[in-house]
Amino acid sequence: MSESFRSSETKFLEKTIRISFKFNGKTFYGYKGDTLASALLSNGIHLVGRSFKYHRPRGIMTCGSEEPNAIVQIGGNGVFTEPNVRATEQELYEGLEATSQNCWPSVEFDIGGINNLISPVIPAGFYYKTFMWPKKFWYSLYEPAIRKSAGLGKSPTQPDPELYEHKYIHCDVLVVGGGISGVIAANISADNGNNTLLINDKSSLGGSTIYQDDQNYKINEKISSDWLNNEINNLKNKENLTILNRTSLAAYHSYNFLLARENISDHKSLNERSNQLRQRLWKIRAKKVILATGAIERPLIFNNNDRPGVMLASSVKKYIDHYGVRCGNKNVIFTNNDTSYETALSLNKKGLNVSVIDIRKNSSSKLVQSVKKNGIKIYWNHTVVDTKGYRKIKSIQIMQLSDDGSNVTGKKINLDCDCLSLSGGWTPMVHLFTQSGGKLKFRDEDQVFLPNTAMSDQISIGSCNGDFELDDVVNNTITSIKKFLDITSTSFDNLNIHCPKQKENRNIWLLPNDKPLGKTKPFLDFQNDSTAKDIKLAMREGFRSIEHVKRYTTTGMGTDQGKLANMHALGIISEAAGVKMGSLGTTTFRPPYTPLTFGTIVGRGVGTFFDITRKTPMHEWHVENKAEFENVGQWKRAWFYPKGNENMHQAVQRESKTARESAGILDASTLGKIDIKGTDASEFLNRVYTNAWSKLGIGKCRYGLMLNEDGMVYDDGVTTRLGENHYIMTTTTGGAANVLSKLEDYLQTEWPELDVWLTSVTDQYATASICGPNSKNILKKLFPSIEFNDENFPHMSFKNAKLDNVDCRIMRISFTGEHSYEINIDSKYGKSLWEKCMETGKEYNITPYGTETMHLLRAEKGFIIVGQDTDGTMTPIDLQMDWIVSKKKYDFIGKRSLYRSDTMREDRKQLVGLITDDPNEVLEEGAQIVRDVKKKPIEMLGHVTSSYFSPNLNKSIALAVVRNGKKLKGNKLYVPMKNKTINVTVSDYIFYDKENKRLNA
Amino acid sequence: MFIINCPFCGERDQSEFSAGGEAHIIRPKQPTELSDDEWADFLFMRKNIKGIQFERWYHAHGCRKWFNVVRDTSNDKIHAVYKMGEKPPIK
Ligand SMILES: [Zn+2]
Repeated sequence: MSESFRSSETKFLEKTIRISFKFNGKTFYGYKGDTLASALLSNGIHLVGRSFKYHRPRGIMTCGSEEPNAIVQIGGNGVFTEPNVRATEQELYEGLEATSQNCWPSVEFDIGGINNLISPVIPAGFYYKTFMWPKKFWYSLYEPAIRKSAGLGKSPTQPDPELYEHKYIHCDVLVVGGGISGVIAANISADNGNNTLLINDKSSLGGSTIYQDDQNYKINEKISSDWLNNEINNLKNKENLTILNRTSLAAYHSYNFLLARENISDHKSLNERSNQLRQRLWKIRAKKVILATGAIERPLIFNNNDRPGVMLASSVKKYIDHYGVRCGNKNVIFTNNDTSYETALSLNKKGLNVSVIDIRKNSSSKLVQSVKKNGIKIYWNHTVVDTKGYRKIKSIQIMQLSDDGSNVTGKKINLDCDCLSLSGGWTPMVHLFTQSGGKLKFRDEDQVFLPNTAMSDQISIGSCNGDFELDDVVNNTITSIKKFLDITSTSFDNLNIHCPKQKENRNIWLLPNDKPLGKTKPFLDFQNDSTAKDIKLAMREGFRSIEHVKRYTTTGMGTDQGKLANMHALGIISEAAGVKMGSLGTTTFRPPYTPLTFGTIVGRGVGTFFDITRKTPMHEWHVENKAEFENVGQWKRAWFYPKGNENMHQAVQRESKTARESAGILDASTLGKIDIKGTDASEFLNRVYTNAWSKLGIGKCRYGLMLNEDGMVYDDGVTTRLGENHYIMTTTTGGAANVLSKLEDYLQTEWPELDVWLTSVTDQYATASICGPNSKNILKKLFPSIEFNDENFPHMSFKNAKLDNVDCRIMRISFTGEHSYEINIDSKYGKSLWEKCMETGKEYNITPYGTETMHLLRAEKGFIIVGQDTDGTMTPIDLQMDWIVSKKKYDFIGKRSLYRSDTMREDRKQLVGLITDDPNEVLEEGAQIVRDVKKKPIEMLGHVTSSYFSPNLNKSIALAVVRNGKKLKGNKLYVPMKNKTINVTVSDYIFYDKENKRLNA
Repeated sequence: MFIINCPFCGERDQSEFSAGGEAHIIRPKQPTELSDDEWADFLFMRKNIKGIQFERWYHAHGCRKWFNVVRDTSNDKIHAVYKMGEKPPIK
């Protein structure tokens, strides 16, 4: 076993629970409370991956969500495998399997590393510039090759078996962040009667203060970590406070609507997880939001700053103080501010060798004094100019800075170093604030963007608001919360706080070097391998906007969204462009703040729960009788009913023939039904349909065409006058909801004076439509009390009736051209109505037919289907349905548009019939129609909208929209297909029974 | 995801509503009297304001009522909600 780097005892680990895990196939051990990163470091493992472009060895750099390098694949090869997991956030569990990404054949020896040697020829925009030409190589050669070597992990190949859910929560106050300021805020909020929700992305509360056990930091004479621990305990029994740990905020939308992802079982071993939810997406509506999201330490930008063992100083401190893990034996801290001196003291206290390189000329704070007192060597006014070591850093070279910091002077000093801690100051995490629409301001003294004006009721507190010292954090938090929640006093007033730091730092975005920029590799974005040189190259090539530079160099485009180095990129750009840093603004921060799994996004909405499925009352019968179904919007409609080994064509041919020769039955329950009542109902129909309605007798039905105000056909259907002031309108299956809201719109906004009431009754009625020459005989048997002759019950009329004791409405209407009836009954009797029809119709060979046969039969008759033969650009005139447009009516929806110059053009696309020269050739729906195949470019005249082989005519028929089609009747046109050209003749679009004799047969 | 205070139901999530475009465009009483240009103006021309906009909303998954909203399109702040036929409470 390798050397253990677990140096000291810590109360944050359960040392009694030893956990075994695998990394790249080898077994290691850690403890309960470890993250994968801390466990790896305790085994001396820094090298965990290869960089994206140059395949340089990269190590664990941070201890949180900002980690750019330690991105691993978790969970082996099975269904639980997951790519792009940050080792710094993944809690260790028994049996965890992790592998490095972006390396082949192994992380230790990686073939792609050759990119590093040829890196001078892979500048910014290299992929754009090189692989754009020739274009045809992109799909076949470049893209597959790039994808293979670009390690974004492997996505699982099987459906995710885990459970996810969504949950809504409403609260008075939402506190985001479980550090010291978040804990204080939650305390005050809950104590003042607010229903409070505290969310914290770590497994427990306390942030970085909870392991700050230095005597220099005190609150009310207690060490700060003890004081905070006590306050956290105080939170536990508050009734109106909910705490969600392991929950990270993903998005902050307007009106204080926030999304958070709670990890429920990701930290448990696979055995413990069974049947548990994995993750929950919280949809939070908060009256007030308090952001305490903290700050991320900045790295420093210098030559070869990316070797394994180069880490953030605050992370090195957390690893030693929280996890008891030392990241190196020969520690060097490289800094521009006071905070990293805390790391120096922590390491020193554990007996570790440490020295400090500070780019400042001096600092006289108490903290620095105490570092000096402990005999730690400080190199003032120095910078690192190079690092050595391939799989882990071995040594560094430092030089003195010139007075203005723009150059290096003097002799190089070589220092042994196996862990280099960087601290370039702090970046407040304002991502969520800006997501919510907040505007930032820039603070020059330490070069940070801070929340300025917010769009919703919220405040930012603590280090995300630019307070980095303990006394500022606590005091300002209390003051702001009191104001925000309108509170006069709290239990936290008059705290006595000791903080030994001072604020001065010296900011140099790109540290100078003895070599020119072209010869060095100062990395900015560690995940995407973009360097300061790339930024400057982009500037030279003319890019100015930060958003453009970002995309061109891919800086900040990785899974970490550039949390570490966006500020440096901005700094370098503004220096090169000679503008003030604050004036450039920042890049846009978009949700999610940290990546979300697809499972969390969809929650329970997978498989059959993906969308609503609507089934008719007869659905079970169709299933039992082996119907195939098609989706029509959300409806499941019977498509055809194959008998024996019939295929679809055979079934449809049989159904269509029987429907015309004897009797067919269709489930028409999905048609939209709107009940219309009121003294102005007739006038209302007059205004919404193109034809006249006032004279329609009670008990009569009429077909209506509805237009949009632009004159284009919108919907159609039969409406029946049930009484003096009572109609029932049918709409297309797909159009029902839209028609209702459109009618409501006119009624409520344009014609509020009309006394009309609309009610959707689509789901309240089941409809069976029986057609064919024997339909009358079947109806006679079903309803013996009704006289079924043309005088008493003519076509386009309606009767109330009773089936046994149940009320029915019978309409004699036809969508097939056959003598036919529609029986409407209360939905709950739908299935028995259907069964009764089948039983009664047996002697006439009544045949159930589905939507495919329905479409065929209506096409034979030339009845349109709105949405199939029309597409929102067809007027009734285009459809050759002039007969339905009333000339007498003064106005109806869309009338004026029928007289616009464009709608009156004679060469518009018009609905026609097509007959193929070869009667067995069935056209493809959507196929293009041309007049001249040889003329280039080919002129498209229109397309086929409906096409079938008609068993009743024994030939192929089609409907089509064709430019100037009315005048082309009898002309030959062509339908060019992939392998042949089909000859067609333009015809009338009614193919069957033009005289409507069969309606009364 | 903003919240709309439906004048009939009270505060509801935006997902219950659908937007209906610019408000206070009145359908001409005598369309046949209009020239093509005048009719096209009514039919197609809509303002696209950055800032305070008067617009129509429909409580589709609620009371099914249309009403008017005054919304700042630059930040989604809703300044007023009022019923059809009522005068805008602010200018
Ligand atoms: Zn409502």
